[in-house]
Amino acid sequence: MKIVVCINHTPDTETKVNVSQDGKSIDKTNVNWILNPYDEFAIEEALKTKEKFGGEVIAISLGNESHKESLRKSLAIGVDKAILLKDESERDSISVAKAISEEIKNHNADIIFFGKQSIDYYGEQLGIYIAELLSISVVSNVVKLEITDKKVVCEREIEGGKEVVETSIPCVITAQKGLNEPRYPSLKGIMASKSKQIEEKIPNKFDLLVETISMTKPSNERKRKIFEENQVTELVKILHEEAKVF
Amino acid sequence: MKILVFAEQREGKLKRTSLEAIGFAQKLSQQNNFEFEILLIGNQISSLYDEVKNYGAKTVLMAEDEKLHFLSSAAYSKILSESVKSKSIDTILFPATQMGKEISSLVAIKLNCGLANDCVNLKFENSNFIATRSIYSGKSLIDVKINSEIKIFSLRPNVFKVAEKKESTSQIEKIEIALNENDFKSIVKSTSIATGKPDVVEASVIISGGRGMKSPENFILIEELASTLNAATGASRAVVDASWRPHNEQVGQTGKTVSPNLYIAVGISGAIQHLAGMSSSKCIVAINKDKDAPIFQITDYGIIGDALTILPTFNSEVKKILGK
Repeated sequence: MKIVVCINHTPDTETKVNVSQDGKSIDKTNVNWILNPYDEFAIEEALKTKEKFGGEVIAISLGNESHKESLRKSLAIGVDKAILLKDESERDSISVAKAISEEIKNHNADIIFFGKQSIDYYGEQLGIYIAELLSISVVSNVVKLEITDKKVVCEREIEGGKEVVETSIPCVITAQKGLNEPRYPSLKGIMASKSKQIEEKIPNKFDLLVETISMTKPSNERKRKIFEENQVTELVKILHEEAKVF
Repeated sequence: MKILVFAEQREGKLKRTSLEAIGFAQKLSQQNNFEFEILLIGNQISSLYDEVKNYGAKTVLMAEDEKLHFLSSAAYSKILSESVKSKSIDTILFPATQMGKEISSLVAIKLNCGLANDCVNLKFENSNFIATRSIYSGKSLIDVKINSEIKIFSLRPNVFKVAEKKESTSQIEKIEIALNENDFKSIVKSTSIATGKPDVVEASVIISGGRGMKSPENFILIEELASTLNAATGASRAVVDASWRPHNEQVGQTGKTVSPNLYIAVGISGAIQHLAGMSSSKCIVAINKDKDAPIFQITDYGIIGDALTILPTFNSEVKKILGK
């Protein structure tokens, strides 16, 4: 089976976010970058699929040189091959999707895994865009996956419950927490990854359909009224009369 | 300007979030004289026409077919994009639900147009839309504009005002879009929705518990308060990872993002991963025994003390006030 997993290199959640001088992007000084947490579930599911059906797992990432760190990590975890679509230009998510889908077309993928979202821009769109660009089906937010022959049965989270979705290969799956328990890179894997090449390619550019005008920090001004343990009655009264929340 | 609102329904029940998207279209049409239409897709949904006909839409478009009983995102997105073309629509509004997010993204590619997903604010000024999105775990906001002629926005649940009923009645129009096998390559086979309890994403009040609840059994105290306030129950990652609570209750990174009117965090210290999911709540209350817990930095009202002692008193005080 030909398996592709698309990954992103994102600022660590703990990172303090400051706005850079251009007023519309993050100031990259002192930012710690990590493999997007949801992509760990995608990589794990890609490896499990390969273990079951045989084949090859290719990791693809679009971004600057630093994305190699996360690609290297995916190699250490067990991915066979890594491709960096090297690019530093401003892109919206559809332009990223177009560039990655062009690369995926070279690989005749049976199944393509994504994390359900990237923790930088919280778009939840990329995997869905790419499925449509490749004219194949997509199931997003998947917490359980079963593949038999060409049939794919997924369980996914929806508001207030779950639903079972059936589709067939080829398809795109976006992974939600709960799908699996991601493995850590082994020492052997880390050593082996060092000798593996990361292929570099230059992706095509596309017009921006969505453009960032400005970035700001939320004001988050809160009242911060603090009460003691014996003032529950008072607090409830204030919530009712002043805050009017019930 | 011509707007189309996708009104999500499941099992013949209209989602409240759909009324929020309709509410925004209504506001735009009142302020700028725009026309808007509502699109319903499903099977045996004719009664839903009555539910949405008095919100000021020019037409309610109904795509009804037994094959559309369960969601097929390919079929739903085809109906949407074909309707947009035939009605010369230039602005499409979705609720940013699981279904709304998937279909809106498919439609964006089908029409090669820009989509601003999960907007927390949307303004129409000087003939342009400016959409605000929350990024980097809620630590930053961006304003974006869409350059394509057709523009798609999905609206974060619980942020926009629900539509108000009007005197006028919308016309009904049945639409038929030719669908083939390919449009059902991926299809929902069954749906299971917990009844009787609001979902954490849609609830206007959420009571969440963390490690400070000390044991899974003590969550009964959270559930009792939730029942008094008709609230949803949420959980921190720590207690989900410890299997005290199910993952669908997890609020924060790798969980749900919520914006209720009232969020009560009980025994949750307030790690950045948790704040990522709830910092846009309108009113935040925290109960925690550690006065230095980071959660107190972003609360409107905090109470320092043991959650297990405070919750029963809190619940009975609320009951008294609400006459329950």
